[in-house]
Amino acid sequence: MNRQGNTYTFIYAVVLVVIVAALLAVVSLWLQPQQNENVENEKRRNILSAVKIEASAETSKELFDKYIIEQFAVNSKGEKITGDAFRTDMAQEFKKSCEERLLPVFVAQTDNGVKYILPLYGTGLWGPLWGYLSLDEDKNTVYGAVFAHKGETPGLGAEITTAPFSDQFVGKTIFDNEQLISILIKKGGNASGPHEVDAISGGTITSKGVEAMIRSYLSCYESFLKQK
Amino acid sequence: MSEKESLFSAKNRQLLLGPLSKDNPVLVQILGICSALAVTAKLEPAIVMALSVTAVTAFSNVILSLLRNTIPTRIRIIVQLVVVAALVIVVDQILKAFSYEISKQLSVFVGLIITNCIIMGRIEAFALANKPWPSLLDGIGNGLGYGLILVIVAFFRELLGSGTLFGFQVIPQVLYDWGYQNNGLMILPPMALILVGIIIWVHRARNKDLIEK
Repeated sequence: MNRQGNTYTFIYAVVLVVIVAALLAVVSLWLQPQQNENVENEKRRNILSAVKIEASAETSKELFDKYIIEQFAVNSKGEKITGDAFRTDMAQEFKKSCEERLLPVFVAQTDNGVKYILPLYGTGLWGPLWGYLSLDEDKNTVYGAVFAHKGETPGLGAEITTAPFSDQFVGKTIFDNEQLISILIKKGGNASGPHEVDAISGGTITSKGVEAMIRSYLSCYESFLKQK
Repeated sequence: MSEKESLFSAKNRQLLLGPLSKDNPVLVQILGICSALAVTAKLEPAIVMALSVTAVTAFSNVILSLLRNTIPTRIRIIVQLVVVAALVIVVDQILKAFSYEISKQLSVFVGLIITNCIIMGRIEAFALANKPWPSLLDGIGNGLGYGLILVIVAFFRELLGSGTLFGFQVIPQVLYDWGYQNNGLMILPPMALILVGIIIWVHRARNKDLIEK
């Protein structure tokens, strides 16, 4: 058979692509449950670490059920609405305006009292950023923060996931006399005062993304946060 | 190659070990530099990246070596791309399922293995003209040769840039108290290029026959 002819070339290409597609579909179906579980465990771990509870992938479900006493969704007016807080697709909600968003709230009963955990979502340099900010019962003082990202540069922007960055947020306040300030991220180690933290060196755009993410979400939650 | 040649003849050993030094894909063939800059700020992602690339070069070399007599010449690059892309997706999926933490750290760079010139380079230069077994050795050798440089670069970048190795603090606190500081420049990509340059310099100084006239 002529191996350089058009017919052979076409058939070869079609058969190859079909085989490869079938193989990839099988691999994807086979690994999907494991991957989904990883994603959900990761989410539970992130939520728990926002209130400083360290969980491993194995213990995350147990600890999550133990410490998270309530989860609900609110709208931008601060009213409770129906919706699954844990399974809310933050990426989809992010595309809507504040008024239409489903805003999840997780309430944790920790050894240090009741904490409110708010999910965040935004964009960094290469892709989406997300995270969780936990507030004390006064809904003003930050108790903990945790950030994650899809594809920030390892060693630079990706450093937002590390403790030295996220620990800076602890104890900062988001309101100044009923005025929402949020938390500002300053370049060059100049952070001072109760509303500022230092940016990541070499990760300016990612740091700016984190700042914008916190500000935009806190302003959506503003009504809820002002309810005492 | 004669039929009776043993599996680890001198020639085959050379295929495996040559790329570690005198035929190193990064140092001598200057391939795969791009990802060597991107994933070497820390040691752990560098090692996983090295293993992933080794797996992809090895399997793609074997598969294309098996297919080499059937591939129509006019679409051979496309066929290579399909095979390599499929392997990269499989590696990415496996990392996501069984090594979730590291797959998060490597993020986009796993997908970018496709663009690693070493893989296409070895397929074109070797696998399409050789039998599966030598192709496998060539793939593993080149993957490891690339990985070796990645690990050396990542070792110095993590040590000098963050003061850690595998995330553990190795530079004692006392030094910091005396005024030692981590070199922030080390974690930026340009320093990887300079380190690769230094490694090439040292390598050529020790292997005079590699120096161009």
